[in-house]
Amino acid sequence: MKPTHSLTRRHFLNRMAAFGGTALASTLLPHAAKAGGDLTVGFIYVGPKDDFGYNQAHAEGAAAVKAMAGVKVIEEENVAETVDVQNTMESMINFDGASLLFPTSFGYFDPHILEVAPKYPDVRFQHAAGLWSADLHPMNVGSYFGYIGMGQYLNGITAGHASKTKKIGFVAAKPIPQVLLNINSFLLGARSVDPEITCQVIFTGEWSLAVKEAEATNALADQGCDVITCHVDGPKVVMETAAGRGAYICGYHANQSPLAPEKYLTGAEWNWAGVYTGMVQTVLDGGSIDNFVRGGLADGFIKMSPLGPAVSDAARNQFEATKAEIMKGGFAAIKGPLKDNAGNVIAAEGEAFVESDIALESMSYLVEGVIGSTS
Amino acid sequence: MSSSADIGIWGVPLAILGGAIRVSTPFLFVSLGECLTERSGRINLGLEGTLIFGAMAGYAIAYESGSAWFGVLAAALAGALFGLFHGWICRFKGVNDIAIGIAMMLLGMGLAFFFGKPYIQPVAPDLPAISFGWWSENPQLRAALQINALFLLGVGLAIFLHWMFRATRIGLTIRVVGDSTDAARAIGLNPNRVRLLSTAAGGALAGIGGAYLSLYYPGSWNEGISSGQGLMAVALVIFARWNPIYCLWAALLFGGAGALGPALQSVGVTSGYYLFFAAPYVLTLGLLILASSPDKALEGAPGELSITK
Repeated sequence: MKPTHSLTRRHFLNRMAAFGGTALASTLLPHAAKAGGDLTVGFIYVGPKDDFGYNQAHAEGAAAVKAMAGVKVIEEENVAETVDVQNTMESMINFDGASLLFPTSFGYFDPHILEVAPKYPDVRFQHAAGLWSADLHPMNVGSYFGYIGMGQYLNGITAGHASKTKKIGFVAAKPIPQVLLNINSFLLGARSVDPEITCQVIFTGEWSLAVKEAEATNALADQGCDVITCHVDGPKVVMETAAGRGAYICGYHANQSPLAPEKYLTGAEWNWAGVYTGMVQTVLDGGSIDNFVRGGLADGFIKMSPLGPAVSDAARNQFEATKAEIMKGGFAAIKGPLKDNAGNVIAAEGEAFVESDIALESMSYLVEGVIGSTS
Repeated sequence: MSSSADIGIWGVPLAILGGAIRVSTPFLFVSLGECLTERSGRINLGLEGTLIFGAMAGYAIAYESGSAWFGVLAAALAGALFGLFHGWICRFKGVNDIAIGIAMMLLGMGLAFFFGKPYIQPVAPDLPAISFGWWSENPQLRAALQINALFLLGVGLAIFLHWMFRATRIGLTIRVVGDSTDAARAIGLNPNRVRLLSTAAGGALAGIGGAYLSLYYPGSWNEGISSGQGLMAVALVIFARWNPIYCLWAALLFGGAGALGPALQSVGVTSGYYLFFAAPYVLTLGLLILASSPDKALEGAPGELSITK
């Protein structure tokens, strides 16, 4: 309901802009801002920026940018994936003089960024997901993302060693490629320890639904899943509920170990600080950011939480060995022979999809051993 | 977790039972509060805002004081203040209680988001649960029967309110005021004061519902904690025909139906989960249609209520 406020305010401001002459608003102000030697960077979050999760990870990156000289950072939280975000972007451009925007949520891209970007060719829009394509989309829009599936693969290794019931659980928001890759990687990591392990997935249908996430976690625990991870915006509820039911937990997005240190195995975290300061520095130096930016553990795009006290020595050894392997580059979690959970062949013997393979960004299947369905 | 493996399909009824107990409490408190307010002839649509503010206030005070029960008390107090404010504005001539309610809803949310910012990260103490599953060897059943004291309080309250409306002087007073302002004035009652107090009490109950959300289940404060439960609970009152006992059943039904989607996925019924997530709403629509009748429309509705007048 909160966006209603900003909707009206933004509407009002935009109206004012229309009355005052679009020319004044869209050209004069940004240039005036630039003339001062300052770069204004806008960050937009779909939820609160201290949610122990997705938004917090981005906000930590924004905080690093804030510390740079000659840069002004503006932020807005709780912006819905509706026309609200278009209004927020336009007002950041027209009234704050922002020329580099990070609208961070997945659903901001289509149609919202695509609607606004062509109107402001001088403004750069950076979107954190793999949706941009050179043939279809404006050139002032860029896509960046990290191979966090590798982090879930490492999570899976610790889960595989910790699980006694041979059932692990995953609370997922929506069946989009990045989420599916995380689920599959989590299971395949666990299966690298014990091929008998299965992973039960429950989709909640939304990025942030506290009660449903708690219900899903309880349902997983009821079915005997004894290691649980998730891909929702704020993992706090899942982590606390799972630990309360006696399950081990693997984190996601940010470090959730303070919530249940005894039960926390490890976690796949974003490391946006380096990425964002790098991009902003490029702009400050007068360069332009690549439209397609990707990176993994080795590039410092993602990191792993420190291993928890419940991680055994065997698990620690395999974790460190695999991590070293991934750091070398060219590691493949999805490799043949592999079938999906409907029996279709995903990869034949000898075939492998390395972490940087673009085919992984349109993943639409759950691998064999994952109990769940994408629709 | 020795005997925990493979309860298989039994997970579904178990999840519905557990869900009914875990998820229903906020619905129950908000709908009982709204039932009390509407019986006095006013609608307070602001309870969604009160619920969220209660969740924030309860969490913040529990964290600051170290006691979850202090948090519940603070949430009830904050809820009562919201109710008093609503009741006070509505006494003026020409003020529409529904419009004020919507304004109060947005105000409650805005204030909760503003003051709640520093409390998203910290971990506050939880309300204790009472184990009613000690007789069972089955860990899943024991988990489902972890019942919070607030749930039991809510059940007791539903029975108490039912008795109060039926058999006490206070109950009669509220009903008279709710059914006819003129009749109430004629027998020397002050309708505005009765409504003010009823709205305050209703707000306090909604505040407690909020404290349950943030202090027990799901047990943390964030801005998306309610996801519209307060609004649904207000609708439940109409569904429950302004009867506190029916409010209890409606809340249980809603809680149980909400657990259906995740539970079905967990036993392998994996397709069409969006449809199962709509189960509570489909159920409500179905029951409303079944219970409707052209002859006795809105039976039990207070006569002074602005939606039935």
